[in-house]
Amino acid sequence: MLQYIIKRILEMIPILFIVSILIFFFTHLIPGDPARLVAGKDATLEEVTIIRAELGLDKPIWEQYGSYMNHLFHGNLGTSLKTGLPVMDLFVDRFMPSIYLTLFSMVWALVIGLLIGTLSAVFKNKWPDYFGMVTAVSGISLPGFWLGLILIQIFSVQLGWFPTGGAEGWKSYVLPSITLGAGIMSMLARFTRSSLLETLKADFIRTGRAKGLKESVVIPKHALRNSLIPVVTIAGLQFGFLLGGSVVVETVFSFPGMGRLLIDSIAFRDYPVIQAELLLFSLEFILVNLLVDILYSFLNPKIRYVA
Amino acid sequence: MEKLLQIEKLETEFTKDKQALKILHGVNFHINKGEVLGLVGESGSGKSLTSLSIMKLFKGTSGEISGGRIQFNDQDLTNISESDMRKIRGKQIAMIFQEPMTSLNPVMKIGEQLLEPIRLHLGLKEKQAKAHAVSILKKVGIPRAEEIINEFPHQLSGGMRQRIMIAMAISCNPQLLIADEPTTALDVTIQAQILDLMKQLQQKENMSVLLITHDLGVVAEMCDRVVVMYAGRVVEEADVFELFESPKHPYTKGLIGSVPKLGQKKEKLDSIKGNVPDPSNLPKGCKFAPRCNNVMPICYQEEPPDLKLENGRSCSCWLYKEERGDICV
Amino acid sequence: MELSKTVNQSNTIITEKKYSPLKEFWKNWKRQKTALWASFFILLLIIIAVVGPYIAPYDPYKPDYNSMLQGPGSKHFAGTDEYGRDIFSRLLVGSRISLSVSFLSVFLGAIVGTILGLISGYFGGWLDRFIMRSSDVMFAFPDLLLAIAIVAILGPGLNNVVIAVSIFSVPSFARLVRGATLEAKETVFVEAAKSMGASHFRIMFQHILPETLGSLIVFISMRIGTAILAASSLSFLGLGASPETPDWGAMLSLGRDYLGTSSHVVMMPGIAIFLTVLAFNVVGDGLRDVLDPKTKNE
Repeated sequence: MLQYIIKRILEMIPILFIVSILIFFFTHLIPGDPARLVAGKDATLEEVTIIRAELGLDKPIWEQYGSYMNHLFHGNLGTSLKTGLPVMDLFVDRFMPSIYLTLFSMVWALVIGLLIGTLSAVFKNKWPDYFGMVTAVSGISLPGFWLGLILIQIFSVQLGWFPTGGAEGWKSYVLPSITLGAGIMSMLARFTRSSLLETLKADFIRTGRAKGLKESVVIPKHALRNSLIPVVTIAGLQFGFLLGGSVVVETVFSFPGMGRLLIDSIAFRDYPVIQAELLLFSLEFILVNLLVDILYSFLNPKIRYVA
Repeated sequence: MEKLLQIEKLETEFTKDKQALKILHGVNFHINKGEVLGLVGESGSGKSLTSLSIMKLFKGTSGEISGGRIQFNDQDLTNISESDMRKIRGKQIAMIFQEPMTSLNPVMKIGEQLLEPIRLHLGLKEKQAKAHAVSILKKVGIPRAEEIINEFPHQLSGGMRQRIMIAMAISCNPQLLIADEPTTALDVTIQAQILDLMKQLQQKENMSVLLITHDLGVVAEMCDRVVVMYAGRVVEEADVFELFESPKHPYTKGLIGSVPKLGQKKEKLDSIKGNVPDPSNLPKGCKFAPRCNNVMPICYQEEPPDLKLENGRSCSCWLYKEERGDICV
Repeated sequence: MELSKTVNQSNTIITEKKYSPLKEFWKNWKRQKTALWASFFILLLIIIAVVGPYIAPYDPYKPDYNSMLQGPGSKHFAGTDEYGRDIFSRLLVGSRISLSVSFLSVFLGAIVGTILGLISGYFGGWLDRFIMRSSDVMFAFPDLLLAIAIVAILGPGLNNVVIAVSIFSVPSFARLVRGATLEAKETVFVEAAKSMGASHFRIMFQHILPETLGSLIVFISMRIGTAILAASSLSFLGLGASPETPDWGAMLSLGRDYLGTSSHVVMMPGIAIFLTVLAFNVVGDGLRDVLDPKTKNE
């Protein structure tokens, strides 16, 4: 088991390395001269040259990458061009709120998605199924930003139950989490349904019934546990959807997180921040998929014993 | 002899696109206490569905008993509630299936699966239940039973898994064990072991067994009496020796003729021509008529009645109408 | 006379018996009631996208400061925006943007992804490893995030949205086609074609590609929904269409400031996006039921 985990972690390293190169070079393709941006519109050519040297932008790009990686290994993510602050400082306040937001979204999406998917499968072609699947196909078709705006309008502006934005207290997480999780919830519901329908055809389900077990035991204990294996995999892949969606949702809710910072930085071409953000996002995504693989091997005893 | 199970005019049907499709057309037979009854027929003859009907295992299908009775002890299983039926499943009537590879839950430990019926039906506490499980595993000849209960199905061979299935089935001392092709998916050597085990357990526990198979070798070895099914009907019922000695129904004759015998010097095995008819498009009259070697004009007109013959045998064929026409049921 | 009649009859019998995949498809498709309606809706949308500018009751770009932020009514079917522009007209004209951006980006992504997937699955070896590892790296960036990053590099604008969305579609198409190619490669007729000396190109495009078509069509229709959502999200973030264009996402983005007072400014384009994406998803589900051999028996 440990061997398996170590192997997966080792496999991550080259991918992360290539990702870092790609991000570094591509952010340098962003049009516009950062030195000029920092120096301001009225700066003289000399001033710009000095700033360029200060930023290390006059060196060959390979050298820049080398020093970038060197800084990275020392925990230095660079300095924001816009604020002049270390990128790390910008991240400190924003990182955890974003993590909470994605976590809350994932958790409710998983719970409700599994519930709807299970009910739909158990009551196949009856009204809970129709209801569940109409909800789910609507959920994957809803533009997240639109849903967010409508929720704000109803629950913040008209009913005043939740704040319209910010990240203070649990109340400010409710609407953004609902918005962000809606799509994933729907996908998981659809996937759980089809996976469970497949499992319910299995011979061991008949064995369980032949033992005299109730359906309320057969379905959660025998069927769902087997169906969970592919559902967990999908949930891991969908995590990327959450990260992308968080950019939109954080913008809608003026949520002080990593996603909004990314949009703000793109507007300013603050590429050290963009670089660090993209790197962090892909690291998160890769880590989550690693976790999913590990969880998967716990759920599936066959894999557990192969290692 | 005392009857444990009596099936009368059992009819089972499926519904597809709002149309009922009848698969069992009035099945009649009984099982005595402590006997092994063989249920024989080609695939599609309705033998498996008969066993599922006894257990009323229709969940997830559109199957439904639409007529007849299934008398088990003093209860008619066709009209008892689902919750009463659950008390019978696994406790009084247990079942083992053809595919030991897929009949056990792949993500649950053997012990966990084995303990389920024990806890449910015997109401034993954790420790006693576990002890009981281990003793049952030993009874079905599983070595290192204490370790096996912590293992997963994929760690065991097919034969071992079928032993687990048997252990699970007999764990609550059922009166009737239904075994649906229990050895078909196993290697020949393992087959013999499993059959031996079943015979031995049946005798020790004085259990009745309904053995469903298409393998007449298995029937000869295991069964006391045999019921032959064709197209959702019982066509012949007889003591095992008499059946092999003098099969009556042309279908039974065909089945027996298609089994290779030792010392037989025939160029070709007899086989029954044609195929099992499509249940949605059954021929008129005797369902076997189109494939029968002894077919007569009447066979295409009318279905033959169930004729009682000597020694408690019965046969559903016009050939014997002249002989026993008076005792038609 | 008599003779020609019989000849005619036998001709019709032959044509009737001829297997027509399109006819077969239509027979099954008619049974998918919801998907049938959704496909009619998409057809209607495509027609609107073509004729939209000619049937729009008002000029979608011309401000009318006398009728700003009017609610839906008899004069303005879907109300007006903050510049007094007729929202219904803007929606009609904007359908062309949404559809062309999503169709174009998905087809570009599908073409590149299909070719890569075919090569990867057909040739195997280092080419396969290279293409699949590259798509692993692409997968390390979450979908929308990748699009945002690409637009950040290329700069905002609809053309760059198309490029971004097509790039993020490539790896999924490559994987899908690669899997199907691996399966098709094992089939008898591919072996036969090989033994008859058909070129790699011919085998790939004439024999293997048709085999993957079913799952490809299903995936394309699902992907178009995703692309519309992604493109409108980018416009909403200010990375896509410029604010004056009647792009649905951009309209929504502009309207959000007036949500409290004139909610129709946000509702109308939102409903347009939602219904369009919903239609593509429903059609995708229907296509999967009809075309995917794995679920055909359900």
